[in-house]
Amino acid sequence: MKATIRGKAYVVGDNVDTDQIIPARYLVYNPAIPDERKMFGRYALSAVPTAQAGLPQGGVPFVKENADKSEFAVIIGGKNFGCGSSREHAPLALREAGVEVVVAEFYARIFFRNAVNGGYLIPFETDERLCEKIRTGDEVEVNVPAHTLKNLTTGEAFALKPLGDILPIIEAGDVFAYARKSGMIP
Amino acid sequence: MTITEKILARAAGRDRVTPGENIWVNVDVLMTHDVCGPGTIGIFKEQFGKDAKVWDASKIVIIPDHYIFTADPHARRNIEILRAFVKEQGIKYYYDPDFLQSEGMPSPYIDPSKTHYKGVCHIALPEEGHTRPGEVLFGTDSHTCTAGAFGEFATGIGNTDAGFVMGTGKLWVKVPPTMRFVFEGELPEYIMAKDLILAVIGEIGVDGATYRAMEFAGPAIYQLGKIAAGYDHPANMEERMTLCNMVIEAGGKNGVIAPDEVTLDYVRQRTAKGHVPQEFRVVHNDPDARFCYEKVFNVTNMEPRVAKPHSPDNKATVREVQGTPIDRAYLGSCTGGKITDFIAAAKVLRGKQVRVPTFIVPATTDIQRGLDEFKLNGQTLRQVFEQAGCIIGPPSCGACLGGPLDTLGRLNEPLTCISSTNRNFPGRMGHKEARVYLASPLTVAASAVEGVIADPREHLAEG
Repeated sequence: MKATIRGKAYVVGDNVDTDQIIPARYLVYNPAIPDERKMFGRYALSAVPTAQAGLPQGGVPFVKENADKSEFAVIIGGKNFGCGSSREHAPLALREAGVEVVVAEFYARIFFRNAVNGGYLIPFETDERLCEKIRTGDEVEVNVPAHTLKNLTTGEAFALKPLGDILPIIEAGDVFAYARKSGMIP
Repeated sequence: MTITEKILARAAGRDRVTPGENIWVNVDVLMTHDVCGPGTIGIFKEQFGKDAKVWDASKIVIIPDHYIFTADPHARRNIEILRAFVKEQGIKYYYDPDFLQSEGMPSPYIDPSKTHYKGVCHIALPEEGHTRPGEVLFGTDSHTCTAGAFGEFATGIGNTDAGFVMGTGKLWVKVPPTMRFVFEGELPEYIMAKDLILAVIGEIGVDGATYRAMEFAGPAIYQLGKIAAGYDHPANMEERMTLCNMVIEAGGKNGVIAPDEVTLDYVRQRTAKGHVPQEFRVVHNDPDARFCYEKVFNVTNMEPRVAKPHSPDNKATVREVQGTPIDRAYLGSCTGGKITDFIAAAKVLRGKQVRVPTFIVPATTDIQRGLDEFKLNGQTLRQVFEQAGCIIGPPSCGACLGGPLDTLGRLNEPLTCISSTNRNFPGRMGHKEARVYLASPLTVAASAVEGVIADPREHLAEG
């Protein structure tokens, strides 16, 4: 687990569901095949309606055309991030695009589990409505052990919620590493 | 303890559990399909070794259903991955689309009773006896919660969790507190389970049940399915399934309805075929069960409802939006593609013509067969739909989730559609600027006839 994650922020609003994170038409690709796995990065967040894509101004593509990686490493969302389908392709797509941390007010349950158990990214929660306080393109730094986010562009700092129950899984890497560490599986 | 707590306690080998606790449970059934199966299999092999065996080949059910009627070569390849895994592992329950050719759009089979293919997993599971009271069912699909209608704990998981279950038969879960929704009063014939669940989601919001169980109770639950009264068909069970199906649209972990004789009749008939376990344990709330929320709805004066674009909690009554122009109507999916849904739609469509392209997509091959078996005034449901000008497709998840571009009924342009499906977030049915109204099959059918959103009450009265 990295102690700090630094990069450009990409800001979206409330109820960004898994169909917006990775549209169903791309689920034909098999994440277990490396060449196909890359496609999820290419199409990550491609179905967010244009006006809500990269707040506050909108109209910012998360991944540039024909690229597999995003220039943004941190997603800032509102309420209920990752609602909708159970597709693990959603946190996987964000990770493939280069995202290591999402900060939202709270998450839909299955997305949260998938992000943690699959070891794709760290889903931080916060009481602050950061999607209205941070602008797409701001340089931010997340301090994982201290659970804080600093906006390096504006100098503002925000407290995030402690990771709590999920911290041991994040520290281990994923649910398999956690289960091995605790002796549950060989 | 509540029903959900009691099921989880038993599965964890404990006397008691408390909401908020993290526990490891033993899994009774793991279900996967063509979209998440290949990724799950990949994780299973990566973690347990390429020659590893699943924990119990008789507890895994694989049901291809999402991308069947498409020429997409990757979709076809994914079916091949499932077939190879089933063979290698000796998976006992697999429902193969055996009519697929090597490439191109598959030509539909002539007789749905002569294929192993079933169709939409959440409806195929109960039809084949895989949903049983008291059990723990995990599936790699968010609508796995549908099976809570049978008094079991059922919820959706991702590929990693499913890969973990494949190898160990166990999974950690956080015990959810239970919200209770009680339906009282006399259910009008024109109110369907879809109206009830849209009312619930409208009340609590798309995040109102996050990390919680949702229990449905009250006398009106047992009146559901009135629209199909007189048919030799378990309409009440199908409507309960619709209710539990959409708990995920409120963020719920699972939905549950206490089993009664209707549940047990349904389950016994389907498990009696003998190829699935016939033992199960009926679980009820203890007298001291604690609920974190309780809300009573009186259904007597309830109005037909819709969810407006672009969220299932964007609530309105049909009356408030009637007259809104639509380009298309869609009847299908695990939510609105069952026999009860089609009987309801046929009651409105009989002797009428649709004014917008209207798609009929049965959830399963059993339901597809039912279109030729169930009759309304001497006409089969299929005849009613064909004469009304509907387009009838083969069973699958279809355009509910968009899917590959050649999926029948997919919204490839920014159209306005009224649909009996479950989700209307941007892009769900295809184009990200398309507008989807969610409604009951009765409301969808009435709107198809008028070409604008229409109140089903006026159409039923004419019949």
